[in-house]
Parts: sequence; C-alpha cells; structure tokens
Amino acid sequence: MLIAQRLALGFLVLFVVSLIIAAGVDALPGDLCQEMQGQGATVETLKACREEIGLDKSLPVRYVEWLGGMLKGDFGTSLANGREISELIGTRLQNTFFLAILAALISVPLALVLGVLAALYRNGIYDRAVNVVTLSSISFPEFFIAYILILFFSVNLGWFPSLSNISPEMSIAEKAYKSLLPALTLTLVVVAHMMRMTRASIINLLASPYIEMATLKGMTRRRIIVKHALPNAWAPIVNVVVLNLAYLIVGVVIVEVVFVYPGLGELMVDSVRKRDIPVVQACATIFAATYILLNMTADILSIITNPRMLHPK
Amino acid sequence: MTSSDNHDMLLTMRGLRIEGQSDDEWSEIVKGVDIDLHRGEVLGLIGESGAGKSTIGLAAMGYARPGCKISGGEIIFDGINLLEISEDERRKLRGVRIAYVAQSAAASFNPAHRLIEQFTEGPVEHGVSNRATAESDAKTLYGKLLLPDPDNIGYRYPHQVSGGQLQRAMTAMAMACRPDLIIFDEPTTALDVTTQIEVLATIKNIVEEFNTAAIYITHDLAVVAQMADRIKVLRFGETVEEADTRTIMSHPTEDYTKTLWAVRSFKKESEGVAKSVKPLVSVKNVTAAYGDVPVLHEVSFDIYRGKTVAVVGESGSGKSTTARVITGLLPPREGAVYVNESKLPGDYRRRSKDQLRHAQMIYQMADTAVNPRHRIRDIIGRPVAFYLGLSGNQLEQRIRDLLSMIELEPDVYIDRYPGELSGGQKQRICIARALAAEPEFIICDEVTSALDQIVAEGILKLLDRLQRELDLAYMFITHDLATVRAISDEVVVMLEGRIVEQGPREEMFKPPHHKYTDLLLSSVPEMDPDWLDELMAQRQREGVMESASSS
Amino acid sequence: MTDNKDTLGQTADAVAPPPPRKRRLSDTLKALRKAPLSAKFGLVVIVFYVVMAIFAPVLTPFGESEIVSNEYEPWGVEVAHETAGGGSETVTLMLGTDNLGRDMLTRLLYGARNTIGIALLTTCLAFLLGGVGGILAATLGGWPDQILSRIIDVLMAIPALIFALLLLTIFGTSVTTLVLVIAVLDSTRVFRLARAVSLNVVVMDFIEAARLRGEGLGWITLREILPNIMPPLVAEFGLRFCFVFLTIASLSFLGLGLQPPTADWGSMVRDNATLITYGDITPLLPAAAIALLTVGVNFVVDWFLHKTSGLRDDQ
Repeated sequence: MLIAQRLALGFLVLFVVSLIIAAGVDALPGDLCQEMQGQGATVETLKACREEIGLDKSLPVRYVEWLGGMLKGDFGTSLANGREISELIGTRLQNTFFLAILAALISVPLALVLGVLAALYRNGIYDRAVNVVTLSSISFPEFFIAYILILFFSVNLGWFPSLSNISPEMSIAEKAYKSLLPALTLTLVVVAHMMRMTRASIINLLASPYIEMATLKGMTRRRIIVKHALPNAWAPIVNVVVLNLAYLIVGVVIVEVVFVYPGLGELMVDSVRKRDIPVVQACATIFAATYILLNMTADILSIITNPRMLHPK
Repeated sequence: MTSSDNHDMLLTMRGLRIEGQSDDEWSEIVKGVDIDLHRGEVLGLIGESGAGKSTIGLAAMGYARPGCKISGGEIIFDGINLLEISEDERRKLRGVRIAYVAQSAAASFNPAHRLIEQFTEGPVEHGVSNRATAESDAKTLYGKLLLPDPDNIGYRYPHQVSGGQLQRAMTAMAMACRPDLIIFDEPTTALDVTTQIEVLATIKNIVEEFNTAAIYITHDLAVVAQMADRIKVLRFGETVEEADTRTIMSHPTEDYTKTLWAVRSFKKESEGVAKSVKPLVSVKNVTAAYGDVPVLHEVSFDIYRGKTVAVVGESGSGKSTTARVITGLLPPREGAVYVNESKLPGDYRRRSKDQLRHAQMIYQMADTAVNPRHRIRDIIGRPVAFYLGLSGNQLEQRIRDLLSMIELEPDVYIDRYPGELSGGQKQRICIARALAAEPEFIICDEVTSALDQIVAEGILKLLDRLQRELDLAYMFITHDLATVRAISDEVVVMLEGRIVEQGPREEMFKPPHHKYTDLLLSSVPEMDPDWLDELMAQRQREGVMESASSS
Repeated sequence: MTDNKDTLGQTADAVAPPPPRKRRLSDTLKALRKAPLSAKFGLVVIVFYVVMAIFAPVLTPFGESEIVSNEYEPWGVEVAHETAGGGSETVTLMLGTDNLGRDMLTRLLYGARNTIGIALLTTCLAFLLGGVGGILAATLGGWPDQILSRIIDVLMAIPALIFALLLLTIFGTSVTTLVLVIAVLDSTRVFRLARAVSLNVVVMDFIEAARLRGEGLGWITLREILPNIMPPLVAEFGLRFCFVFLTIASLSFLGLGLQPPTADWGSMVRDNATLITYGDITPLLPAAAIALLTVGVNFVVDWFLHKTSGLRDDQ
C-alpha cells in the first residue's frame, strides 16, 4: 500500500519535472529559432524554422509530442550540428553509467566498512581522524580533488592517463583503467558523505533501548551487532547507499569535464555553453529521471526493510 | 536484617560510587550506597528523579550506561565480585543469573524479531536450554503471566502487542533462565492504572512462585509497598532510610521519608456547590471528532465560580480533548461551550480578546509550556501587556506582584530564563502567566503528573490558595485519583469519549459506582502492603479480572 | 496542613536550581578557548579570508584585470610597475602570472572578494526565501503548508546542478541570473530545514499558549519560534554557504558562472589548468583557496552543532 503510494508519487514527480523542463524553453526571451539564427533571421526563415520544429503548435500539443518522442527514444535534433540527439547520447549515456557504476563499486563497500567502524569505535582516535578527513573532503570542490589526483598519479607518477578518452572498441579492462582516476575522484567525494551518514545511523541504532536490553541479556558483542543491530540497520544503510548513488549521477558532470570523459555530463556542459537547448533538455531529463528513480528506490527499499512494515498488525 | 548466614546472602554492595559525565566533566551520581539482598527477597528502591535508583539497579548487574562509570565500592553477587571479574564473565552472568526488566517494554524489545525468539535467545545462547524446550517454557510462562492466547502470542512481533502485555512478556523473558535476581526498573510507570494493577499482580505472583530475589525500582510509594519485603529510600545518590516494608510504612524515622509519606494527605476543604448558583462554564452536549474519528460523545458538565471540577480518565478517554474543545482548539461538531450563559464561538480564532482572557490554561509539561528563549519577565509580562495594556513601571510592578503571589522572590527570578529554574518553579511560572491574564477560569492539564511528589504537593497547595484568594474556577484534568481526592469539589469520570459518572467528590468516593469507576478507583494502589493481595482475591471472587484483561 | 509542611515543600521545590546565566560575552570567550583545534583553525581561516576580501585593493598594487607581464610567468618574477604618483617601482610577482599575463596574487585576492561576496549574497537570499517560507508553512499548517511543501518536493526532485545548468541555458549566464537561480534552488533546502525545526517548536505548548492568548502571526513567528530555531539555522547557514560557494565555483569552472574579466577562483582553475600537465601547481592555488575556506567553515559549523546539541542534552 505504502509502496504503491510511493510509486505513484514518484511517477507524478517525474511527470511534473518533465513539464518544467519542457516548459522552461518557453521562458526564453525570444524563441528557439531566433536563438538559432541570431542576427541573420528574417521573417520567412523564422517561419520556416518554426514550422519545422513545431513551434507553431500550442504548448500542450508540443509537450505531448516531445514527451512521446522522449519515451520512444527520439529526443529531437541538436541545434548546433543538426544531428539526432539520440545518436549523440547513446554511447555517452553508457559511458556515464559505466563511470558511475565503477565509482559505486569502489565507494559503497569502502564507505560502509569505514562508517560502521567509526560508529563502533565512536569518539576514539580513529573516529576523530575520520571525522576531520571526511569533513575536509566534503568541503573540497570536485575539480580540486580531480586535479590533485592528476598531479600525483599522472603527471608525477605517470601511472594513469590524465585524459579518459575511452571509446566503444576498448575492452572493459582498458576502459576501467582509463576511467580509474575519474572514478577515484567521485569515490573520494561520495565516500565522505556516505560514511558520515552510515556512522550517524549506526550510532543512532546502537543507542536504542533494545540494544541495551540485549547487552543486559548477556549477549556477546558479536551477536548484538549481527542479530540485534543489523536487521534494523538495513533500512538506514540502504537509504544512505541509494541516495549517494543519486548524488554520484550528478557529481559525474564536473568530473567528466575535468577528465574530458566522453559522457553525458560533458555533453550537457558543452551544450549549455553553445545554448543548444534541445540537447540540454534531453540531458536534463535523463539526469533528473535517474535521480528521481533512485530516490524512489531508496524510499521503497527502506519501507520494505522496515520490520514494522514487513509484519503489519 | 543482619543475618550472618552467607549462603543466604545473594547480593551485597558496599560503598557503591558511580560517576556520570556531562559536558566533559565527571560528577558523582551515586555516593556510597550499601545494599544487602537475601535469596528470594524483594528490595524496593524508591526515590524521586535524580536519586540514582536506576543507576544502582544496573550496577547490580555490573553494568554502567555509556557516560557513567562505577568509580568505587564493591558489588558481590553470590560470592563473586562483579567489579573484579572480566567483562566476558559478567556477560555470562547477565540474563542467566541476573535479569533485567526495563521501563519501556515497547522500546526494549527488538522490533525485528518475534517475542518468542527474543525469549529463547537467552537460554539457547547461554546453553541453559535448547530451542524447543525454551519455546514450550515460554508458553508456560506466558500462561502464568496471564497473557491472552499464551500458545500463540509469542509468535507476534513487539509492535503487534499492547503495552501491558509487552511488559508481562518482558517479565517472562527475564524469567527464561530462572535467574536468582531480577531488576525491575519502573516496569509499570508507563501504563494506565487499570493495566498497571494486573501487571503488578502477575509480577508479584511469579516472583513468589519461583522464589526469585528482586530489586524493584519505582518512584511510586504505594506500588513499592505492594511489591517489596524491604524498602530503601534514596535521595541524591545516598541512602536516606531502609527498613522492612511494614515498619517503614507505619513508622518512618527520617524527615525526608515522612514528607514522602505525607504528601498524599493534603486535602482541600470542600463545601459543595449551592444548587442555586449559576455555572461559570457550561459544557453542553459536546460531540467532537478528529477528522472522521469521533473522540467525544455528548459530553456535558458545569464548572462553578471558586470550585474545582476534576476530569478523570485513562489515556484515550477524551479528557484532554474536552479541554481542547473548551479552549477552542478543536471546534465541536455538535453542542457548545457557554461562559456566564453566553455561547463561545467554537473556534478560538473567532473569540474576542476578553473571551480568550477569561479561560487560561496550565500544561502538564512546564518545560515546553514556556518559551526557553524568553526571560521570566517577558513570559509573565506579555499577557499583562497584551490584555491589560500595562507598560513601564505599572507593568514591572504587576510582574513582581505576580511573582510574589506564586512564592518566588521577584529580585532573584525576574531576569532568569526558564532553563535556570527547577521543574516546580517552571510550573509556578506557568501559573503566574495564567494569573497575569486575570482570568475567571483556569484549565489545569495534568499539571502535577510530571513533578516529583513533594513538588507536586506544593503546586496543589498554591493552586488551592489562589483559588480561595481570587475565587477562581478550575477544571483539573488528571489520571491520578490521589490528586482528585486532594483538590476536587466535583468529579467527572470519562471513558472512551463519554462521561460515565459525575457528581460531588464526597459521593464519588463512596459506593455505589458505575462499573468502570469502581475498577478505576479500586486500581489505584494504596499504601497498605496487603492491599494488592486482598484486592486480587476479591476480584478473583467477583470475576473482574477477566473483563479487565480482555479490554 | 500545617505551615511547616508548606515551607518544606518550598525548600524541596527550590532544590538545586541551576545557577543564573553569566554574561554572554564571557561565556562565548570561554567556549572559544575550550573549542577543539579544528574549530579554532576554521575561525582563523574565516577571519583571514574576510580581511583579504575587504582589503584586496590595498593589498595589491595592480588592478583586478590589469595585464602586468607575459602569460604564465613563474613565481617570484620581478616587473616594473607605475605607481599612482607617476613614478616607477619594481614589484615581485610572488605567484607569477596567469594565462593572460595578469598577476596571479592580485587575481586571487579579488577572486576572494567576488566569489565570497556573491556566495554570501546568494546564501542570504536563499535564507530569506526558504526561511520565511519554511517558518510560515510550519506555523500556518493546513493547505498553505501542503502547497508550499509539494512545490518544494518537486523542485528538490531535480538535482540542483542539473537544474541550474538548464536554467542558465535558458536565461543566459549573467551574475543576476546566477545569483537568482542558485538562491531559488538552494532555498528549497533551507525551506525543508526551517519547516522541520519550526514544526518541532510549533507543537510545543508555549505556541499553543500564545495562540490561545490571541497573538498574531507576526508575534508567533518572530518572537516565539524564531529565537528557538536560530542555532540550527545558523549552522545551516554555514553549510549552505559552503554549498553555494562550491556550486558557484563549479559553475565558474565549467565556464558558466562569473564571466571574464571578473576574477573568480573557479574560472581561474580552468583557465590555467594546462599548467598542471607540466607539474606546475599554480592553478591549484585558487582551488585550494576554495577548499580551505569551505573546510574552515565546516569545522566551525561542526563544532557549533556539537556545542548546541550538547547544550540541549543538558536541559
């Protein structure tokens, strides 16, 4: 019931967001065609252009057509070079997901282990050190971390390339090797967040009266953690992980630019500079949709893993 | 009590000292307490908040909460010095030979596991029993503790079971390894009176049946009188007095103990209401609901000038909702509230300043009833300025008068913040704020239930004095019948949103009663140590028990 | 009831009242002295930056975008510079020059002004919008709360950076749009927090008491609620400032924030990034400047949060 509610809400939000993205274009001072043709526009060319991309139709009609196109994978054409957007996006989207998954594979286990350790040895030296380090790394701009990694690992040590110019012909291993520096950058950024959230939720959990009760029943520390804390920890931990995956998807944008990684983020930034609105719209929609779906997943998973929800009255 | 038979002695504490940490500084919260407990004996630890009783209870298991440490003394359990053995050895004692029953059963059961899994965990993990045996034992104990459907209730999750049942399930869990000693830490404090008495009776029976020694921690004297063989009175982490129950109940020696005993004896003079007088406030046929959930049905009663109406009931009876209707926070569906025979608008936002001024409210939690960021001057001064338009010297003088009226020295307190006052003082500030509006009528919502008994007594006396001086009418909402007995002129008993009985105090405390009033009245623990046993015997004869536990 | 009982009740009532609060200034100083090293470090950093930002024109002889030498000069190179009096003096360029031959140190100092100034302005705007909205939503409840909260939910469902990129494409990249777009996007977080902490206060009995007294919305929000939610809001201000600061720096780094020739740390990194491939750390300086400030603010906020929540534990 709750899950159905959350699903419905997620799709409603998706719909509203697509509306906002689509309608945003209408807030342009002129319109797309004026934007494209600039000073050289004449009444005739503008009219022709508007008919071609459908600007003469009413907003709702255009929205429905745009949305329909999106769902079928037809994102329209780029203003900058007239190519099909779906063509531009295709491999880039894969690359971006590849990078995000690579970063997640490194960061999720790392963050969980570090976070749980910090919670178990709370207020110890390890915990305090970790607190300072993570606070710092949260404060660093992504490009700072990226350049420091480049300076060390590619300029000074020469271990990794500073540009991640991957292409579809490469093997997975080669891709992973070339994407390792951007993935590490993302990891450093995300681990700090994820770890702090993990630590906080575990500490919160360990303060529960039922954990004290288990102690007073003479249970071993190991059993308390495994049998009493863990079953109740899934909900917060899953939540932390998925929320940070959503964060990864967005964080990808800057990292891709630094490493000239051929992903969706780089395309988006490039198109923003060129004011290539259809491409920006398409990228924004994909990013937003992924983000919303991940957040929805986080909520649903935390509903599912909550024992009170699993066994209703 | 000076038995030298060591085999009989189960627990000995000598000069126990425990320190607690706050704001990076350690301070002593238990200052050298001695305890002797024999096998099969029940020791009651009684004291007000901050007396250190829970901390001592946990120390009997060799355990100190995070932020606390046992800094001195010795704890000998059955010949074992708990402070000298390793943590692992202490762990092996816990749950097996010493068990613990916590105040909040709802929070102390793990929400992820079934009750019976949590029961069997102890015996199985400690190697006392195997899973199947433990399960059948659980069912036996559930039965002995009068839990409904003992064969199946264990397969429920904690949130699927009511509070009183959980508390009994927790007692069963503590019994699982047949320990020598159980620590009961305020096990019935969170329960309604009618539920409390059943839990008390079952706990008492089972402890007697297995001849288990127990430390029973509570702040409620009447409760401890039923449960304990011996009582130890604590204050500020020190022993005040210790004696066997009958002696200490009848002949307390220390002054502090005497004041604890005496607080229940306050009783205001009641003259009864002359029927010719018109009521100040009339609640007429009020029916109210939260959304679609009806909470009040046809509630009617009158409150007279200079008199106190006590509205009594357990949680969910609708007594606080009645107050919300009177203040206008919850407009009634039907019926209305009349003041001086003129009808008040249902919604407080539509009431005039004068109508608002005449009905003031004092809350249960003084902590949340005053803005912690305002000085006492502003808290009391605001209604004066707001309603009466005083300012400057006149305002200052009025604030000082009000502070004197509630027996707080103006020069000392006027510029303090609420955080710099004790609980009782904060409640006095709330009273002053209500008086500042110069009202005719004050609603007191459980005003003493969050306070220690002596402090509560002071508040009741203050309210009584103010009533006589200012001819105030009170509506006193409470679940505590001792308070009703002390302060009311008339009593209204509520159950599930309806009034089941109402009348003058003297009549209400005499039979015959409505069945529920009877249950409520008889469930209030009395100081007589034999009261619980006699009542249970009587209820058994009359079959009240069954009807109560089914509700 | 005899009188001696009454006095006994009184003494019990007056048991161990907390000592009256001492003067706030000395309290603050004492707290500062007891602060952990990280917080002291953070405070020093913040003060240092503020001084740099305010006195930038005094601290350097050059103008914000004055070309003083060839591009990419190394650290410590000396150049001749015309003084205000018309004479000439030799100035050492401690950090060399950038991609257009402008003094790196001068750009850094002015960058502090621009980047911090705009971030501060944006954060204030975000707090004004989100704070007012959040407190009102919590106090009014009912449909105004529902509508505001649902709008915020939708806005927050879109990742901020992506949304900012979209809006900047549509409205162009001027400082005004930058400030407005980021302020609006960031105000959603402020709204959430302000609403949440206000809700905690709104359920308190003293708010009910104020309502029943007949107090207006102004008194309830400003006098009753606001003083009680200041600590979390102040902490959030620090965190939000860092976030805004990083977002603006990131956008500038992407070439979508402050536009040239305005000195700005984000774009300075991008403009000089090629140097890194030669092992020259000059372009990392503005990035480090950003990092240092946000670290400093975060340390102070962390301590502040610990401190205020600790105080709450006491009560």
